[in-house]
Amino acid sequence: MTGNMHLGVEEPIRECQYNQICTHNSSTMDTPHTKKKKIKRKWQVFPGRNKFYCNGRIMMAKQTGVFYLTVVLILVTSGLFFAFDCPFLASNLTPAIPAIGGVLFIFVMGMLLRASFSDPGVLPRATPEEAADIERQIDTANGPSGPGYRPPPRTREVLINGQTVKLKYCFTCKIFRPPRASHCSLCDNCVERFDHHCPWVGNCVGRRNYRFFYLFILSLSLLTIFIFAFVITHVILRSNRTGFLSALKDSPASVLEVVVCFFSIWSIVGLSGFHTYLISSNQTTNEDIKGSWSSKRGKGNYNPYSYGNLITNCCAALCGPLPPSLIDRRGFVQPDTPQPVAQTNGTGACPSNQVQSHMAATNPLLHSQPIILGGGAPLQAKTSLGGPCSTLGPSQASLPSSIPGLSCGGELMALRDSEIHCHHHLHHQHFISPEETPSPPTALPCATHLGHHVHPAQLFNPASQDSLHEDSVRGLVKLSSV
Amino acid sequence: MAETHSLQDLRQAAVASKVFVQRDYTSGTICKFQIKFPAELESRIDKQQFEETIQTLNNLYAEAEKLGGRSYLEGCLACLTAYTIFLCMETHYEKVLKKIAKYIQEQNEKIYAPLGLLLTDPIERGLRVVEITIFEDRSIGSR
Repeated sequence: MTGNMHLGVEEPIRECQYNQICTHNSSTMDTPHTKKKKIKRKWQVFPGRNKFYCNGRIMMAKQTGVFYLTVVLILVTSGLFFAFDCPFLASNLTPAIPAIGGVLFIFVMGMLLRASFSDPGVLPRATPEEAADIERQIDTANGPSGPGYRPPPRTREVLINGQTVKLKYCFTCKIFRPPRASHCSLCDNCVERFDHHCPWVGNCVGRRNYRFFYLFILSLSLLTIFIFAFVITHVILRSNRTGFLSALKDSPASVLEVVVCFFSIWSIVGLSGFHTYLISSNQTTNEDIKGSWSSKRGKGNYNPYSYGNLITNCCAALCGPLPPSLIDRRGFVQPDTPQPVAQTNGTGACPSNQVQSHMAATNPLLHSQPIILGGGAPLQAKTSLGGPCSTLGPSQASLPSSIPGLSCGGELMALRDSEIHCHHHLHHQHFISPEETPSPPTALPCATHLGHHVHPAQLFNPASQDSLHEDSVRGLVKLSSV
Repeated sequence: MAETHSLQDLRQAAVASKVFVQRDYTSGTICKFQIKFPAELESRIDKQQFEETIQTLNNLYAEAEKLGGRSYLEGCLACLTAYTIFLCMETHYEKVLKKIAKYIQEQNEKIYAPLGLLLTDPIERGLRVVEITIFEDRSIGSR
């Protein structure tokens, strides 16, 4: 009978075997001698081109040089303002000025860090079984290919609110992209409701961080206008007393601030205006640039996602529910056995050191005894990987987007990028093409081979599953069913 | 009629195949799964039962993504506290996801496992599919 896990087994040989395996703390079936197999978190094996910090809590694009430039510009300009202009303004006008400036500054930095560090809405790539299933469906839909082999069109049409929308197949992620999703070639991920990839923010802007991005540019516009206005005021007041040139000499920083703010205002206020328009019409930058819903395309062309009402569109974009991250960066990787390895020996006794709490919740088969066995081990493993940012609990399935990295200062690595994309920060121009570069054509025949030649039953060879519970259960069964 | 299995029986079962219920985008980008009954499950489970499960899941996801007074309030409050409030409390979406996880577990225990099936929570597949694992039908006597 399964589940009989106590050590009172009659045959001493098997008892010794059982003990031996437990102490080895092995995590894979086929390599029982690897004692120090480190449990990896999902961010460490993430297939996209992202960088992770703070043990998976912070997620950014690969090139972050321009992001640091943004941070430096904001910090320096604001710092100069508070240091040189605020004392004069506070004493001569009102102390509310530095107070409001301070609040604005903190809000700007908070929104920037939030937009930069959170998951924009990356769609995880398809599991092998899913990909195979989709391949099968595509092949049956397209019929048998003739001798002049042409890759089948990989699109699906869907009727949304009366508009026909084409869903494209992503070769990299092996999924049919949901509507409004797009593949970012820089980050090599499909992102939901993809807006654009922003080098200034160092991340894609998508469903989960669009509101932070928008609030960032909006508050930054206010901050630059605020600083610009009050620096001008400061210089004017001073020059009323002492003359223009000596005023400039007394506060030289003001000149720098005015220059920076002057050039920023044009671009940032313009961008804010543009995104305000996008929000009110519920479009993404991507759609606007392509003119997907423009009336120029056709008479009956309209945006099927718009709620029809300007207020509702704005509220939905800014105050709507915030979906959790789908990629579960801090979860633990389950032991994968991609090749059909024969599990002849009962070495799978202690697999539970990689059990995830949420896996257990959704797979009730494993809810009971096997977890208790190695129960001590996984908890220890989790806390030891906690790192300095221990405010959040380990591996929750639906962890909210990461907190701003203010508490993880020590772990932020300064990157020295060889290429820094200094795009002009004008709307439309700083938008980097989101179109995915399709994977090389060799991938295509391989995929179709898989679809044609592999019998479904072989695909689902028990040994090649990627779920923990079947492997561990089988191992336990081998032992206990003597 | 297929033999009934208990949860313990499924531990010994081998996976025969997996069925994927895809997303239904006809209502836009909200999370909704197709109610269409997959052909592979015809011999295993009652069509009505299956459709009911999927419909309940769809309703739960709709509840998570619903725009209304409550979600706006939560959004505004979060914005005012610079989103630090989510360090203390869960978002509404996360609460509903927990409800969904519980529902799926219940369904598995009560209905699907006895029929040799297993539902995987869609959140583990990035909300792309509802994965249904079909276990081989084994006679109970082989335990």
